[in-house]
Amino acid sequence: MSAETAWLGPEEWQAVMLSLRVSIWATLAALPLAVFVAYALARWQFPGKQIINSLVHLPLILPPVVTGYLLLMVFGTKGPIGGALQQIGIVFAFRWTGAALAAAIMAFPLMVRAIRLSVEAVDPKLEQAAATLGASRLMCFATITLPMILPGLIAGAVLGFAKAMGEFGATITFVSSIPGQTQTLPSAIYTFLQVPGGETAALRLTLVSIAIALTALLLSELLARRAADRAGGH
Amino acid sequence: MLTVSLQHALPGFGLNVQFEAPPGVTVLFGRSGTGKTTVIQTVAGLLRPDQGSVALEGEVLCDTSQGKWLPPHKRRMGYVFQEGRLFPHLTVRQNLLFGQWFAPRDAKRESLDKVVDLLGIGPLLQRRPGRLSGGEKQRVAIGRALLAAPRMILADEPLSALDEARKAEILPYFERLRDEIGIPMLYVSHSAAEVARLATTVVVLQDGKVQRQGTAAEVLGDSAVMPAGVRAAGALLQARVARHHSDGLTELDAGGVPLFLPQVAKAPGSVVRIRISAHEVILSRQRPEGLSALNILPGTVEHIRSGAGPGAMVSLTTPAGRVLARITRRSARALGLEPGAECHAVVKTVSIAPEDVGSGG
Repeated sequence: MSAETAWLGPEEWQAVMLSLRVSIWATLAALPLAVFVAYALARWQFPGKQIINSLVHLPLILPPVVTGYLLLMVFGTKGPIGGALQQIGIVFAFRWTGAALAAAIMAFPLMVRAIRLSVEAVDPKLEQAAATLGASRLMCFATITLPMILPGLIAGAVLGFAKAMGEFGATITFVSSIPGQTQTLPSAIYTFLQVPGGETAALRLTLVSIAIALTALLLSELLARRAADRAGGH
Repeated sequence: MLTVSLQHALPGFGLNVQFEAPPGVTVLFGRSGTGKTTVIQTVAGLLRPDQGSVALEGEVLCDTSQGKWLPPHKRRMGYVFQEGRLFPHLTVRQNLLFGQWFAPRDAKRESLDKVVDLLGIGPLLQRRPGRLSGGEKQRVAIGRALLAAPRMILADEPLSALDEARKAEILPYFERLRDEIGIPMLYVSHSAAEVARLATTVVVLQDGKVQRQGTAAEVLGDSAVMPAGVRAAGALLQARVARHHSDGLTELDAGGVPLFLPQVAKAPGSVVRIRISAHEVILSRQRPEGLSALNILPGTVEHIRSGAGPGAMVSLTTPAGRVLARITRRSARALGLEPGAECHAVVKTVSIAPEDVGSGG
């Protein structure tokens, strides 16, 4: 680690660590909800399904700056939810937690899409069979559906993680770019490019970004292949 | 005792069915598209009927008039599906043990070893379903249903996805379930051969209604009820294995009449049921002599039923039981057949296929 700290400046190192922390938390926090929403959209018929579907996809089609501004309005300290949460000591605006929230919301639609496709690929007849063998809905999900959608779930998580690592527009609008607090990798690169002589630092961070993205991709390929082998019945 | 009464709208027709399934194997017999699967799915709780009730041993599983509905996982019905539906991500062993997790502790359960032995699936335990043949999959599916400690087995055309050789391989396992485990079973089928082999009680469904209910011999011997079509008609006889002859034939005693069949792998004294296809039976007024056919059953014509075509279905009472014979109307006239007429039914030994010989009564 000391070699890397020597290679990266302290501010750059901070940005890398912060981005990893933000993205991992964003992915982990969003994943259970994404699985639930994906399952509901794939399996259940309910009133307002189209509205939920559109709402989930909204961050994908809105300009990220707009999403960031909406977050600021809702989760800012003067916003309806942000204000209430502040009473119990939870603050998102201009904190790393806010960066994680922005990243999670931007990554959410991508995760839902990937997971929904894999839920749709699971034959509901298998869940029926599990029910006749005595498994409740929750146990059906835990023992049949979840293991079978694992490849899609991993793919969705990696996609979400990558999106979270790269998230810029909503983050910088919602939590700004405070070094050590909310300055993630992309906002650090952007900041370095704004100052004369910052190109080498920007280039170093770019290389780090590429390395992280490739590692995540390879890891997910490996995990997904293992999971697919198991789910495929061989 | 399973009691079913239900009404349900299906595309094109309405299902309106009432029946009771006593202990043993009750076969829901009918052509495809008569609502058999809807009935069995309602019993399992996989489908909510528009109206109706299902009760097992007095416990109400579903009653729309009281708004009662027990979800499938609380019914403990071991369901054997047409296509197996094994869990692809689990090994055969894990598939077999799946239901045991959820079965109540005090439930009467079969041991894994006994079921594995009964179904001959020991060598498959470590494999995954993707590597099994169709017949192997179905045997594992039977075991999986059985090991969930079910109160009843529901089987929805479990053989129809298999080829003839595999069908012949799997059918005996259902007989063993009936004879060795003694678990009540509701079995959906459109095959007269399966009815003949398995049924204790037959419920014939036609156009969404129960057309006839009775024992296998009663229903299969009734020329008015032929849900599988005239070609598949054939009466069921019960006989006792008398002795095995050195030339490969087995002699049976059917109500005092000797019957010769190609070797039946059953010990002398055991009871078998034999289905005699109606189109394999020849009728003769005099006892025929100098004939190659070995089986001659003396009898009396009960009635003759003819349809629009050239054929006629003659039902005959013999000491062995009722026999159906499909002959032409022309022959019936030429022989002067009419109710009460004395007549002999002639059946070639080799026309009785091994799959038409089942165990038990």
